[in-house]
Amino acid sequence: MNSFSGKTQHQQSGSVLLKVILFSISLTLVFTLVANLLPQIEGEAPVDEEIDLGALTMESFVALGERTFTGKGTCTLCHNNMGRAPDILQLNMVDTSSQRLEDERYRGSASSVEEYLRESMLSPGAYVVKGYGKKGSGDTESPMPIVDKAPILLSVIEIDAVIAFMQAKDGNEITVALPEGLPEPAEEANAQVVPVTQAPAENAEAALGKYICTACHSVAGSVSPVGPDLNTVGDRLDRAQISQSIIDPNAVVAEGFFPGIMPADFAQKMTVSELTMIVDFLANQKATR
Amino acid sequence: MISIYSRYFKRKHLSAVLLFLLYLSATTLISFAISSDAYASGETATLVAESPELSPGVSKTDQGLGNRLPFPAPKLNRQDYPRIGGISSRSIVWVVAQMHLFFAAFVLAVPIFVLVIEWIGVKTADERYDDMAHECMKISMTAYSITALFGGTLAFALFLLYPQFMAYMINVFNAQVLVYAFLFFAESAFLYLYYYSWYAYRYGNKKWVHLTLGLMLNVVGTTLLLIANAWVTFMMAPSGVDDTGVVTGSIWEIMRGPLWNPINLHRFIANIAFGGAVIGAYAAYKFLAATDPRARAHYDWMGYTANFIAILAFLPLPFAGYWLMAEIYAYSQQMGITAMGGILAWLFIVQAVLIGTILLAGNYYLWSGMSRTVGSERYTWMIKYIAIVLVTCFLVWVTPHTLILSASEMRQLGGSHHYILGPLGIMPAKNIAVNLMLIFTFLSFQLFRRADKEVTVSWAKFGNALMICIYVVAIVNIIFAGVYYGYFTNTVYKVGSSVTQVVSTLVVIIAGVTIDTLMFKGAKKLPSEWGKVSNRAQYALFALPIAFTWLMALMGYVRSSVRTNWHVYTVMKDNSADNFIPAIGYAGNMMTIVTVLFLFFVLFIFWIASLSDKKQPKPAFLGGSD
Repeated sequence: MNSFSGKTQHQQSGSVLLKVILFSISLTLVFTLVANLLPQIEGEAPVDEEIDLGALTMESFVALGERTFTGKGTCTLCHNNMGRAPDILQLNMVDTSSQRLEDERYRGSASSVEEYLRESMLSPGAYVVKGYGKKGSGDTESPMPIVDKAPILLSVIEIDAVIAFMQAKDGNEITVALPEGLPEPAEEANAQVVPVTQAPAENAEAALGKYICTACHSVAGSVSPVGPDLNTVGDRLDRAQISQSIIDPNAVVAEGFFPGIMPADFAQKMTVSELTMIVDFLANQKATR
Repeated sequence: MISIYSRYFKRKHLSAVLLFLLYLSATTLISFAISSDAYASGETATLVAESPELSPGVSKTDQGLGNRLPFPAPKLNRQDYPRIGGISSRSIVWVVAQMHLFFAAFVLAVPIFVLVIEWIGVKTADERYDDMAHECMKISMTAYSITALFGGTLAFALFLLYPQFMAYMINVFNAQVLVYAFLFFAESAFLYLYYYSWYAYRYGNKKWVHLTLGLMLNVVGTTLLLIANAWVTFMMAPSGVDDTGVVTGSIWEIMRGPLWNPINLHRFIANIAFGGAVIGAYAAYKFLAATDPRARAHYDWMGYTANFIAILAFLPLPFAGYWLMAEIYAYSQQMGITAMGGILAWLFIVQAVLIGTILLAGNYYLWSGMSRTVGSERYTWMIKYIAIVLVTCFLVWVTPHTLILSASEMRQLGGSHHYILGPLGIMPAKNIAVNLMLIFTFLSFQLFRRADKEVTVSWAKFGNALMICIYVVAIVNIIFAGVYYGYFTNTVYKVGSSVTQVVSTLVVIIAGVTIDTLMFKGAKKLPSEWGKVSNRAQYALFALPIAFTWLMALMGYVRSSVRTNWHVYTVMKDNSADNFIPAIGYAGNMMTIVTVLFLFFVLFIFWIASLSDKKQPKPAFLGGSD
């Protein structure tokens, strides 16, 4: 109260100005600190893949479907274990589709699982799972966007690839045919050519990048809370365990994480040298290096 | 004095109505001219053109475009975006746009509550209100120039760095931008008339003319806000165009997209809270710098009034935000999840820290202010309990669902979801916390208002008992709805329960204001002394605008980021080098830059405002006494 006594007006104003600036900037820095302490995740814009049809195998087609499902298609935004939409990764979609085709609430025109899966993406209102319809619609309208329209804009090949992935992920027969003829022109001029058959990575860091390990794990400078932190994995797992966790990730799942999240097909995708490089690299990731 | 004003009360309608009609006529004529000439009606426009070529055999007029060619949204490549060296174009626009928005929010909000304060001055015949209203406008005048400077810079930056995007937007909104320009002239005219005629039109009939000028200033200012909001909401949820971006509807259909009204309401209320907070900081600065007890008393009162405005406007803001998010979900569940449950979800922890700061600072200021009157001794015992509730709720609010842990910590904990903290990280717990914080902030406010009064009505006991019952029922309802529906039922009921909680909070606020208004009518006024408040309390008045400014920047980042890699969602893709959502740390650094910039500009405004009060004494060598 009496801090002003004994000072001239000019001195008082200068002192107050300094205190106000210091106080305000300090408070601002507190907010900045909080923002910088949180997980730093960037939302990358989806990149359209140009598919080399000549090199396409059913295996790589299924892999394309999985990438589309988790990436450009943004399907996992709702189809996850948070209850916003049916958790497709946990459902056998071939069996589920067959049941839905028999359901009296089904209003579509599909007669096979493959047709149903395609219809569910292009006309989601044909069958709305109970409890997941638009608010107030009595489960007659679906909140799901149509996947070949903006903002998702999947191509016919990508939709077919997702169907192949839906069928293959639970070991069911893949009925969708591999695309033939010329690929559809990519809509965006900045589409990147991502060959389905890529050259082997030259070192462990490149291999971690190639298989997008850094998207979910904190390793090699990346930070992500989705999967276990691999910066000290060498302290808790030996080479055999690391190798097993890559080839068969659901055999032993780290505490606090869910099974089925990590892709289980690295054994088919990785070359032997890539797997060896990654295992060697991770085995050396120790706190006491 | 009141009777003198009452004689003029009927006559004031004349000038108000005439000016209002003049304004309406002008804008209606311009809008009509635009819509009849440049836009088609919704019924006649059925364009599906993919390119600027006209459909064979169909004239432009048949397509309902008047003399315009169909103009689909351009599909851009990376190289279509000009760059200035290696600087991120988005960062340049980010800083300039945010500065423009801060100042625009301030200059649109101040005249709203200035008009109310001026009117209170007329009704109460207390000239202190009139002087304070004038002082607020004095600050706003410099801010208005800075708003225009940043607005012009923003336009230049957008045309320079995003020329095709701006070409498309101009094509869509067409001559409506001229209405905006016209209104800007009108805004300037009314602003200068309102400010410079203040003392010339201070009494009698002229005062009503002056109030009418203030009303017109606000009508034009709010219209400007609504137009600018239409551009923003068109980018988020376009309407009046087809899938390719070709205009198919009238300007009205383009403007009234699904998010327009929620954004209008949210920004209108938030602007008032923000404007009140900045004026509060001005009063705090003047209070701390003053050496004269009379000046300290004046600025203490001004700071109190500004804080009152800021907190009162802030209380309903979460409900406006709730409506906005509900409409975003209704428009696109994908967009809603991106904002609330996807990549942007973490920033709501920062939002909790900011709103917690605002509520704690607001409450602290109210508690400190109670020391001005001896009557506050009746209520001070409650402060510690209110503080406990606020801090507990704040801690619940900032508890994240998933913890950021190292592998060894995660092993010790048994997962990333702590068995106690995990349940506190989800929405039901946070809804309880937020609503209780709002209710207890209102309680602080109510105690503060009661502190210098002694009730005289016969039904005081009944009124107090009723008020306590309303508080108890609302708190029980909020906790029960949150716990039962949040943890023991499925998702549909979880969301539904938040409506019950919001209604409970609103009931407390509305009932509290109503009961106190009736109960303290003619109450005995207890002695209170303006200026008798701690210096520390003034820093709470600085914390408010700093947190508000950072919060506005944060929510702007969310609002803009939900469009993901689209300039105009679903219509025009963003293929620039900046078409990704930046991480929260980078965004936080940007928010700090704009907040600190704004702080320095605001301090400059305060200094300029103080400078106009000073008069240099005539030096001795010129014959003066100095």
